[in-house]
Amino acid sequence: MWRFIHKWGSPKWFYTTTGPWLPWLWSAALILLIVGVVWGLAIAPPDRYQHDSARILYVHVPAAILAQSCFAVMAVSAIIFLVWKIKIADIAAMVMAPFGAAMTFAALFSGAVWGIPTWGTWWVWDARLTSMLIQLFIYLGVIGLRASFTSRDSGARAAAIMTLVGVVNLPIIKYSVVWWNTLHQPATFSLDKAPAMPASMWLPLLFSVLGFYLFFAAYTLTRTRNQLLKREARSRWVKEIALGTGKAS
Amino acid sequence: MSSSDHSRVSLRRAFCSVLKRELVLRFRRRQELAGPLLFFALVVVLFPLGLGPEPQRLAELAPGLLWVAALLAMLLSLDGLFRNDYDDGTLEQLMLSPHPQAPLIVAKVLAHWLVSGFALALFSPLFSAMLGLPWQQWWAVAVTLALGSATLSLVGSIAAALTLGVQRGGVLLSLLVLPLYTPVLIFGAGAAQLALQGASIAPQLALMGAMLAIALGLAPWATAAALRLTLSD
Repeated sequence: MWRFIHKWGSPKWFYTTTGPWLPWLWSAALILLIVGVVWGLAIAPPDRYQHDSARILYVHVPAAILAQSCFAVMAVSAIIFLVWKIKIADIAAMVMAPFGAAMTFAALFSGAVWGIPTWGTWWVWDARLTSMLIQLFIYLGVIGLRASFTSRDSGARAAAIMTLVGVVNLPIIKYSVVWWNTLHQPATFSLDKAPAMPASMWLPLLFSVLGFYLFFAAYTLTRTRNQLLKREARSRWVKEIALGTGKAS
Repeated sequence: MSSSDHSRVSLRRAFCSVLKRELVLRFRRRQELAGPLLFFALVVVLFPLGLGPEPQRLAELAPGLLWVAALLAMLLSLDGLFRNDYDDGTLEQLMLSPHPQAPLIVAKVLAHWLVSGFALALFSPLFSAMLGLPWQQWWAVAVTLALGSATLSLVGSIAAALTLGVQRGGVLLSLLVLPLYTPVLIFGAGAAQLALQGASIAPQLALMGAMLAIALGLAPWATAAALRLTLSD
């Protein structure tokens, strides 16, 4: 267990080990995204009541799921960074924050566009919508807090603490459709029940969600590796890679 | 002093002396003491000017208006929670004390709440009357404000400690704090609104009490971690 953590904490080991994963991750993410989105937006049957406008589902739901998952992963990284002082966890949390903010915005925006044909309004002060908006502000707060410190280490620790405090909003979003009687419908997917829609509709959604997750993983890994090179630019193993002399490349 | 001298000071005495010091300091700086109240009064005055003076409509909106005004007044006073002690080095001494840091932070936050949130709750009947609330509802606004502002002080102390080392952290402080304040605002203003309609507000008060208990249990530790971070720079 400890050796495992030590290995993952070593920048060089992390960089050389994850390198070969990247092509696989990116190609799997792109294939799943294309399959899910094309199937959902063009091939899947239109909804009986909402017709073609329901197709926004295939983008809206994955974006909303990612907006919350991303924050949960950031919180786990924050714990790893605060407890074991593993730099890679902090870099991962740093590159995930803008991604999560973008996903939150995408979920809010696609929800607003979807709201016009179905609810007749693009915004209501509904519990789910409001808590998502607050999630966006929490993302911006974490990003802003990190940026406002001149010392990188202080900024990293401050952002980690703020991420852990911001976790309180996740259950509020999750259960906002259960606790309050809202306009927004309850969750589409759950682990313990069969989906309420036909396979021709939930299958592309599943592909789309998995594609978003893989895209998130590939994006985070790529950016983490780049940041790692930047931060470790003075170390020998980075120079070896840059010059193409080391075994590491 | 040797460490044996420190160990004779019990945690309770340390808590009381921090609390006493905070209150004495705050009452000596009268201008800062009046700050949140004056701000609260000014914001409340702005609403009838902006919304029009019809008493019926003002009374309907009053619980929400009072809550938003109190929340902003609390936000304004947050920066002063640790600022002076940080500048003159007292904060470092506090963190170096042999006692656990969380209870001492609770003492500081308690002093902050007494002069901001609790004082706002005490004066809120005056403003309730000005906004035309029926007198039966004054207590509901005051009770929810007193209970909710304690949570606001505790949660705000985390963000105040995090932004302590940041130059011109004012906007950042609001960005960090206001999203976390929304649940308290929802239940606080909601309870006061319910009281206006004559319903029982016991469930809302219980929920706000639960939020206060969670904040009291977790926020001081987060604040202590943030203060250690700020002081280690």
